[in-house]
Amino acid sequence: MRTQPIDQVAAGLPAETKTAVYEGSKIGHEKRTKLLFDHYGDPNRLRTLAGEIKQHVVENLDTYLPAVEARLVANGAKVHWAATAEAACEAVYSILKARGAKKLVKAKTMVSEEIELADYLEKRGIEALETDLGEFIVQLDHDHPSHIIKPIIHKNRRQIAELFEKSGLGAYDDEPGMITQRARQFLRHKYLEADAGLTGANFVVAESGRLVIVTNEGNSRFCLAATRCHIALVGIEKILPRDRDLALFLNLLARSGTAQQLTVYNEFILGPRAAGQPDGPDEMHVIFVDNGRTDVLATECRDILRCIRCGACLNVCPVYRQAGGHAYRSVYPGPVGAVLSPLLLGRRFPEKADLPKASSLCGACNEVCPVDIPIPDLLLRLRDKAHAEGIKSPGTPPMGFWALLATQPAAWKAALAGGRIINHIPTKLIPIPALRAWESKRDLPPWRGGEFRKWLKMRRKQPGKGQSPPK
Amino acid sequence: MTLTSGRAPVTGKRVQLMATCLCDAFHDDVAAATVEVLEHLGCEVAFPEGQTCCGQPAFNGGDWDSSRRVVRHTVRTFSGDDPVVVPSGSCAAMLFHGAALEFEHEPDLGAVQGLGRRTWELGDYIVNGLGVRSWPGRLDAAIALHRSCHTRGTGSSEAVALLLASIDGVRLVEIGEAEQCCGFGGTFSVGFPHISAAMGDLKLDHVRAVRPDLLVSGDTGCLMHLSGLAAREGIKLRTMHFAQVLRDALRKRG
Repeated sequence: MRTQPIDQVAAGLPAETKTAVYEGSKIGHEKRTKLLFDHYGDPNRLRTLAGEIKQHVVENLDTYLPAVEARLVANGAKVHWAATAEAACEAVYSILKARGAKKLVKAKTMVSEEIELADYLEKRGIEALETDLGEFIVQLDHDHPSHIIKPIIHKNRRQIAELFEKSGLGAYDDEPGMITQRARQFLRHKYLEADAGLTGANFVVAESGRLVIVTNEGNSRFCLAATRCHIALVGIEKILPRDRDLALFLNLLARSGTAQQLTVYNEFILGPRAAGQPDGPDEMHVIFVDNGRTDVLATECRDILRCIRCGACLNVCPVYRQAGGHAYRSVYPGPVGAVLSPLLLGRRFPEKADLPKASSLCGACNEVCPVDIPIPDLLLRLRDKAHAEGIKSPGTPPMGFWALLATQPAAWKAALAGGRIINHIPTKLIPIPALRAWESKRDLPPWRGGEFRKWLKMRRKQPGKGQSPPK
Repeated sequence: MTLTSGRAPVTGKRVQLMATCLCDAFHDDVAAATVEVLEHLGCEVAFPEGQTCCGQPAFNGGDWDSSRRVVRHTVRTFSGDDPVVVPSGSCAAMLFHGAALEFEHEPDLGAVQGLGRRTWELGDYIVNGLGVRSWPGRLDAAIALHRSCHTRGTGSSEAVALLLASIDGVRLVEIGEAEQCCGFGGTFSVGFPHISAAMGDLKLDHVRAVRPDLLVSGDTGCLMHLSGLAAREGIKLRTMHFAQVLRDALRKRG
């Protein structure tokens, strides 16, 4: 019996990984929900409003992008446009090369994962060091993040302490404070050695050109304070119309992502160091990355571009909790990833066409999404797209014959009567894969096809006598 | 209530029963209980004989062409203006939400939306359609109500909880992580049997933790999955559709 690839990964996941992912995401979800409902009478109205604002941005990117470029340039930043991952990597590299930079410190940015920037730079002799603790651990372990905001949700402290020991960061000690301290000691002097700092941006405001970066470790601040050159990698969908929209979005992002009232460090960057300012990079580059996003914009799944990368849909998703992030074979896992990752592939969509199937369509993702993305609807659209393109995936029963029966009442009734045969034959002998898959985990109740219709006829013929038999 | 906001108010008491394919094939007593419950409320229940399925299996499976064929059949079968009442939150949501999605570029979208606007999940119909707020009779049981996922964004789960809690002798017990799916998910249960069963096991753990006499839901799909899983694992679990609970309570009227 072949099942879906993500189901196979979940079946083979080590118990301690499963526990780490499950506990981490469950706690994240519970804290988020409590905080939102403690603080707001009706957080759903905030989600709806935020969703409308981001949808407006997504549908008007053609005017917002030139507007934001003009503001950024007026503020003294240099703006670059990267249509592809390759172009984005080249843009970063050419900025570094022009400065003769050899060492880059990186704050956490999912776009840099998406374009595989660190590998690109390493191959060209540039050290690109992750400074977010989770990303630092991922980099040290040659691993990949398995969560948008908690990259090492799949690791426990024992595994991290062992990794630190192996990497020469000190004898085994799995006390979280010690782990953090060791990473900090290692990283501190790296900031001072670095030639440039790279960050993402959580938001870029169109009216002001303000870049907003949130972190809990202050590492992006170090990246900026200690280096002369700031490079920001920004997905083209990260725009907000007005500065005042930040009030709504920062409140929603912190609560949805990490169950905080406000993220610990919120940086508002309005350009490079101005004359008279004591600190800050002299050069600021903003690289807007498309890498498939305008193709997504052209589809009916464009709502996914509202996403502010909070990870709330991962935390609540029962499938993510069972399978973990690596099962999605993508930088963006979980419900949002199941929509976004195949779409970002463009023509290579078939490689990840199974991802949208990894959902019971329970709708929990939509319920927690701070920008109210109808994720289940988008998953369904992609299932239809996969089917229309003739992409086969295991574990999906063919529906043609069923549709034939379900449009012919006489055939349907005959099938209801005929189905009784499954009560008398061992399931093992019935060559229907869906039935076997069902039976692999659960008993099937007895077939009682057509019994209700018989009962109803009897009841209609003999009023008063048609009471259903007691169970 | 976002999913059901455009719905036509109920004026008369004539309804069309959509029994669902699961009741047609496995759970006839749920459909029978639905008839008795509706008739107790004074409804004139019509059962269009040509009915088959709401079209959801193919819709969720990604075969929208097949699904649309079945939905068109369903629209033809449930013609007229009378409300369509269905003892399943999932099939109801298919008709007022899913079908509209797959028909958005089809010329007959209007007819599909028309059916959606008069489609009611049973509990929603009783409480929010007919305005019934309490249920007569008696049933002595601690009941854990599983709020099935496809009633999110509708008034169904609150309606069912209200009715059940109003029955003499019923004590509702809350199960943990109520927002978590039981793992059924239709075709998901056979495409992802491992994850589906793991989700079901978590749900069963939460249910058993509160020691109910009965696990009740408004969706036979969830119940079929959970009771099938419990049976396979040797766990004692009594499950009932809420229509059966309402019907059984009626039988114990003093």
